[in-house]
Amino acid sequence: MPVMTYREALKSAMVAEMERDESVVMLGEDIGIYGGTHLITDGLFERFGPKRIIDTPIAEGGFTGAAIGMAMAGLRPIVEMMTWNFSFLAADQIIQNAAKLRYFSGGQVTVPLVIRGPNGGGVQLSAQHTHSLEGFYGHFPGLKVVSPVTPHDVKGMMLTAIRDPNPVIFLEAGALYGTKGEVPEGDFAVPFGEARVAREGRDISLIAYGRQVNMVLKIADKLAAEEGVEAEVIDLRSIRPFDEGTILESVRKTNRAVVVQEQWRYYSVASEVAALIQEQAFDHLDAPVERVSGEEVPAPYARNLEVAAFPSEQQILDAAHRALYRKV
Amino acid sequence: MPTVIMPKMGDGMEEGTLLKWLRAAGETVAEGDPIAEIETDKVSLEISAEAAGTLTEQIASEGDSIPVGKPIAVILGEGETAQSAPSPQAAEAGAEDDRAVAADAPPATHADADGAAADSLVQAQGAATNGVTPAMPAEVTPAHAAPVRQAGERLRASPLVKRLAAEHGIDLQQVAGTGPGGRIVKDDIAPFLTGAAPIPAVAPAPTAPASEPQPAAPVAPAPSAQPAAAQTPVQAAANGRPAGVPREMSRIRRTTGKRMTESKQLVPHFYVSTDVDMAAAVAFRAQANAQVADDASKISFNDLIIKACALALREFPNLNTSLEGDQLHDHANIDINIAVAIEGGLIAPFIPDTDQKSLGAVARMAKDLVGRARSGGLKPEEYQGGTFTVSNLGMYDVEEFIAIINPPQAAILAVGSIKELPVVQDGQLTVGQRMKITLSADHRVTDGAEVARFLQAVKRSLENPMTLALS
Repeated sequence: MPVMTYREALKSAMVAEMERDESVVMLGEDIGIYGGTHLITDGLFERFGPKRIIDTPIAEGGFTGAAIGMAMAGLRPIVEMMTWNFSFLAADQIIQNAAKLRYFSGGQVTVPLVIRGPNGGGVQLSAQHTHSLEGFYGHFPGLKVVSPVTPHDVKGMMLTAIRDPNPVIFLEAGALYGTKGEVPEGDFAVPFGEARVAREGRDISLIAYGRQVNMVLKIADKLAAEEGVEAEVIDLRSIRPFDEGTILESVRKTNRAVVVQEQWRYYSVASEVAALIQEQAFDHLDAPVERVSGEEVPAPYARNLEVAAFPSEQQILDAAHRALYRKV
Repeated sequence: MPTVIMPKMGDGMEEGTLLKWLRAAGETVAEGDPIAEIETDKVSLEISAEAAGTLTEQIASEGDSIPVGKPIAVILGEGETAQSAPSPQAAEAGAEDDRAVAADAPPATHADADGAAADSLVQAQGAATNGVTPAMPAEVTPAHAAPVRQAGERLRASPLVKRLAAEHGIDLQQVAGTGPGGRIVKDDIAPFLTGAAPIPAVAPAPTAPASEPQPAAPVAPAPSAQPAAAQTPVQAAANGRPAGVPREMSRIRRTTGKRMTESKQLVPHFYVSTDVDMAAAVAFRAQANAQVADDASKISFNDLIIKACALALREFPNLNTSLEGDQLHDHANIDINIAVAIEGGLIAPFIPDTDQKSLGAVARMAKDLVGRARSGGLKPEEYQGGTFTVSNLGMYDVEEFIAIINPPQAAILAVGSIKELPVVQDGQLTVGQRMKITLSADHRVTDGAEVARFLQAVKRSLENPMTLALS
């Protein structure tokens, strides 16, 4: 199986769909002639031309609104947010129009739109450029929200996103564009609404998404090697729709769960997971569900403070030990 | 006020059967008086009154199976009056929903009505029966059972534990919690779920006795069985049982099976047999028994064999050891277990310091232990332990057999019948009295040569029985 980077896998999915379907077009800042700030669209301008790779002004509200209109008219636009932090400028378009037009029109109009870009922090971009928005966008009915972490899933889920008749918020693990992984050739759309069991285990469920999945996998290996604890790792990957079954099945087996997220704790994905578990697996819980989240501060710039503000391996390990009633 | 509860007589015990009331309701009892006889998975025991008073209420009836920690009776002290002594039904209902019980309780002590199943049942009931004297909550302590939390202290357990406790009939009141704030967590009840709690020693013999007596009393049910179903006597199942209907194994049968399976799978057994000339022993026994008046002191062949083994173990201490993991534990004392067939299974009480006891003492003690084993009157400390086991099927006309080692012991001796056989002695054909014995030994601990020499020592003693009387 070919090994490629997250960036290459993402690009290959979009290229494949643009080759397959002429209605797929891209809009964004510096995605054309410049090749994209993160080089996701490098070479596509030359390949598909200015009609399908559209460089836009620095005006998120404008080009997102334009893309919504294009989608309503039958195209399948992919909008690049240079980073998801700039999507606040387009929030009115996304929330008020993209998410609601199908509902308002009684299904007569659909908005097959993908908005994609790097989400989350960890690369010293400071408070205004560091947000994890899965809880924020996951809140709105009418949107689909996904957060793939492996090169395999970023390709498979982008294929699904482009083909979906609804607006999809595609949150990429910006810090992981360069990570490599096996990616099958050809068309393998990964369906939304299915979490991935990244590691099977029986003693505790470690639930995460985005770049925290990799950290959690490392901790699972450490728990197995040093303490004989077999942790099950669940990569949610689809925030809305949300795969309740996989989480419940795992917790019913392990009786304990730690949910890890980079975003802030209040009103977050981890809160949703914890609530689900207590509602539907209460009689299977041997310990309270632990949440490990970002600190309740705007993301700091200073490296030491930034590191301190995001979930650390030690914090996750400590939470796992609490859930396991182990003192180490 | 004390409420008498079903005591926990061993880690594995989940419930007991009330066999017999020894005192009637309304009788005055002194502290220490036996008030009822109960049967656990292996033994019958007497429950004594923990305080003086009047046995006011017999909550349980004879034949009832009562989960550990659940009330059996109420003894009221002088001046105390019963308010609303709970019926067994009420006790059951309380286990399901303690609100009903807690509602009767003084609010200061039992405001924890939000607690889930099994929560503070004993305390709540204690208080309910003691309702007129709420100023004495400190007395609200279960009789007999070692309390794992203070009176009135809220029982904390994880949701999982509460569910499992309800499913398996575990009384959480008897479980200490290791989680934060004393929360009972899954690991704390794991022994009750897996049956991994210390299991009483069981005599290992490969064959069941020829005649299996019908149980006289209800046999304790499987842990998962509902209390109502648990009261079905085994007779009903054993006799006239329709073909193809599976039967619950008795607890002792399952315990025996589990331990024997473990032993046969884990312990590399090997077997060495020899033939013992018992002519001298037969004569010796007849002579000795002719001189004792009381039956209790009469010597059996098994007593001779037990004593011979004990003396041989002095010479071969390596066979008087226990292997635990990679470590071999030498036992300072030689405690020989006697495998006894009892209703539905086996049990192996032991004679402490067998080698230091006279033959008469061995005989008296063995008779007592075997008798009480059959009547169900053994105490756990009488069968939990021992260093070497003798299993004798001689009374059943058995040529020879081999036994499974009783872990963690190193060896077990299987004894066949004494047979009259044609033997050649000094070139002459004559009638001999011979007995075959087979030692099963753990090859991790010992080897064939040592076992053979041990058997020679046993044989030497039995063929010169006076040495057994003199040492």
